[in-house]
Amino acid sequence: MMFLRYAVYRFFTMLLTLLVVSVLVFVIINLPPGDYLSNQIAELRATGQAEGVAKAEFLRAEYALDRPLWEQYLIWVGFAPGPQGFSGLIQGDFGWSFEFDRPVGEIVGDALWLTVLVNLAAVLFVYAVALPLGVLAAAKSETWADYTAGFVGYLGLATPNFLLALILFYYGHKYLDLPIGGLMDPAFEGAPMSWPKVKSILLHMIVPTFVIGTSGAAAMMQRLRANMLDELSKPYVETAKAKGMAPRRLLVKYPLRVAFNPFVADIGNLLPAMVSGSVLVSVVLGLQTIGPYLLTALKSQDQFLAGFVLMFVALLTLIGTMISDMLLVLLDPRIRYGGRPT
Amino acid sequence: MTPLLEVDGLTIGFGKADPVVRDVSFSIRAGETLALVGESGSGKTLTCRSVLRILPEAAQIRSGRIVFAGGDAPVDMLRLREPEMRQIRGDRISMIFQEPMRSLSPLHRLGNQVAEVLRLHRSMSRSEAKRTVLQKFERVGFTEPERIWRSYPFELSGGMRQRAMIAMAMVAKPTLLIADEPTTALDVTTQAQVLGLIKTLQAETGMAVILVTHDLGVVANMAEQVVVMSGGRVMESGSAPEVLGHPEHGYTRKLFAAATMIPEVAAPAREVPHKDLILEMRGVDKTFALRARGWRKPTTVTACKDVNLEVVRGKTIAVVGESGSGKTTCARMALGAVLPDPGGAVLFYSEPGAPPLPVHSMSASQRSAFQRQAQMVFQDPYSSLSPRMRIGAALTEPLEIHGIGSRAEWRDKAAAMLKLVGLNPDMMTRYPHAFSGGQRQRLSIARALTLDPKLLICDEPTSALDVSVQEQILRLLEEIRDRASLSYLFISHDLAVVARIADEVIVMRAGVIVEQAPPETLFYDPRHPYTKALIAAQPEPDIARPIDLELVAKGAGAPSTWPEMFRIDGGVAPALQNVGDGHMVRCHV
Repeated sequence: MMFLRYAVYRFFTMLLTLLVVSVLVFVIINLPPGDYLSNQIAELRATGQAEGVAKAEFLRAEYALDRPLWEQYLIWVGFAPGPQGFSGLIQGDFGWSFEFDRPVGEIVGDALWLTVLVNLAAVLFVYAVALPLGVLAAAKSETWADYTAGFVGYLGLATPNFLLALILFYYGHKYLDLPIGGLMDPAFEGAPMSWPKVKSILLHMIVPTFVIGTSGAAAMMQRLRANMLDELSKPYVETAKAKGMAPRRLLVKYPLRVAFNPFVADIGNLLPAMVSGSVLVSVVLGLQTIGPYLLTALKSQDQFLAGFVLMFVALLTLIGTMISDMLLVLLDPRIRYGGRPT
Repeated sequence: MTPLLEVDGLTIGFGKADPVVRDVSFSIRAGETLALVGESGSGKTLTCRSVLRILPEAAQIRSGRIVFAGGDAPVDMLRLREPEMRQIRGDRISMIFQEPMRSLSPLHRLGNQVAEVLRLHRSMSRSEAKRTVLQKFERVGFTEPERIWRSYPFELSGGMRQRAMIAMAMVAKPTLLIADEPTTALDVTTQAQVLGLIKTLQAETGMAVILVTHDLGVVANMAEQVVVMSGGRVMESGSAPEVLGHPEHGYTRKLFAAATMIPEVAAPAREVPHKDLILEMRGVDKTFALRARGWRKPTTVTACKDVNLEVVRGKTIAVVGESGSGKTTCARMALGAVLPDPGGAVLFYSEPGAPPLPVHSMSASQRSAFQRQAQMVFQDPYSSLSPRMRIGAALTEPLEIHGIGSRAEWRDKAAAMLKLVGLNPDMMTRYPHAFSGGQRQRLSIARALTLDPKLLICDEPTSALDVSVQEQILRLLEEIRDRASLSYLFISHDLAVVARIADEVIVMRAGVIVEQAPPETLFYDPRHPYTKALIAAQPEPDIARPIDLELVAKGAGAPSTWPEMFRIDGGVAPALQNVGDGHMVRCHV
């Protein structure tokens, strides 16, 4: 019951945060002088292409770029009626990309879920690698196991992702016959979902997952190791030992359980770090995620596309922190019952 | 009769250094209680932990035997293989630790943690294990065992947690219980009750107990055999009446001399009229609002209620009470660090006859002047000095903040302060970690004195220290008070410490003053049941005078269970009554 109330409360604070983020995103995108269309109009005028100017002027009015900034914001989010009535983010209309000359929704459509897929896979990879290695490094601290895990981890942290990507592609292709670049075989692009397509995507995801996840896993492993070492020296571990528990069971039941909290709390930070960190990797590997679109959109002041991608990343972040907050409440009775009268 | 456990020639060391436990031997028979007594660093904890081989990783047992005869055949614990060792741990031999706050996992329910012992050592069904644990919970004094089963450790007080620890140690009916300072972290009345509980359980089950402690009073109340340790060696051992009655070794005698005791008083003190106050608290209340969660209204907790307190110039007034009694809040309000609720007044008189200065509404310059005249000595000398600051810098910092004198003068002042507290001025370039606990407390006193204050507020300045060091610090505080004509507001949970230094004692419980009198009067004629419980709970190093648990139980319970005349129920407290000669008691007339 209490948990449900907390979840509802947390959901509303998330919406509120999202609102604040939308203002920030909009303001920051509009900070540089001019916009995509006025730049284009100026250029067309200079070269004397009158009919192009007319189209650009039409688009300017169509997307309300001739109105004051605050009105533009309200129309963009969908709080105020624009030239086509209420048609903003909350109504599901993400705007027009001037650079690609197509609706934003159409451009990012496939990329959205591929982004989620790649990053989710990377997060799972981070946890799957960091958990056993971190525990092992702490339990066998200052032995060869710890040093090896630490060395490999730091190597992962220190190697630039795109370099790692290139190396892996080369050797992956040479020895394991892994596909190079993209997230699926070009033949499946735009095709409806089918079993061969899923297989192709999974095969293509191996290298990107590894590349995007490595540095995160290395950092996470070191954090878990440090937390575990702190917990291992706590008196309750001695108590458990004095009960006659075997070392392995003891480790999992007590110190790991306590060290797990910061581990879970990291989910929220991990998601945005991966999405923004994987932009370069996506460009290098030719992944059809939203990363490359974000890069183009920011360069050419394509404001609706950039705004949408940034909002999407913010939403991922907020969902991540909400999930980790709720997991913490479930995991830690001190948070859950902190206010319970004794 | 063969002993249950025999330790023979035990030597433990770290790395290549000299051993820290040398050639320790003792033995304990079934059903007996043996006390390992010593100060910190004596090796008593390492010795008792080596029985179950729960030692720091770097510690090496270099030689010796620990033979345990509680099983089928006698075994040498030091040569057992790890799986065999695990079968003995928690089953035949169990252990209780010093800090009940930290010795239980914060994330597992108590029922789970206690029943785990049975899951490990007995093949019991889930419901059978639960029934056994609930019975044990009831045995250790929990009135609602079901609720405790579901509780998390942070929901219980320190005393309750230690009871849960005892239940956990006892649930498999061990033949030997090792208790490592089981009551050191507890209030004195709780300590008395926990010691009483261990004794009763021991009588019921016939287990032997190894009790590790630094407190001779605890020894006198519990032990049949005593082993006194110092510097890793056994100094003296024998039966409790022998060792406590006629201590042979010089070190044991030193421990006795340092043990704080409540003095026997033949006659009450006469009231001396004095009106030259330095600090006065008038009708001060303090309530804290707990953080509101979600949409719920914030709840408030009353830390202090209607506190009236007068510190006479050149005298020491002591505030005594258990944790949560409001004594520290009082001290913080006196310093101006915590704002009291509107209505009360805290007044400071810098000179005799000077106009009163309200501590909580001062101008910036008044505040700066007040801070120069009122200083604080903290409880924990380990955390109250910055580990990254040289002693010289720590001592001159107050002068620097207040912009007094030149750099050269600062250095002279710091040197003078070090000399005053009995340290060598050469030590100024060292860092705090190079000092022992007692030396660090001397340093914090020196720092508090750098500004030549008139009022010193001491918040449990000796409770983190060993007995012999405690004695030295008290003597130092007395000397300085007389030499520099200081006034002290002395906060403590220990009546015996207060007995020697205070001119006036205030006993607090649940945020209110329950009794107030000069110490002689208080010890001659305690009126309030809580004061009586406090005095009775003080363990005396004399086996002829055991703790009167009944007296403790009468006063140490909730204020709503006190006798009619003293009862505080639902926040309604009787008024403080003057019962003669400045002896105040909170009771109905």
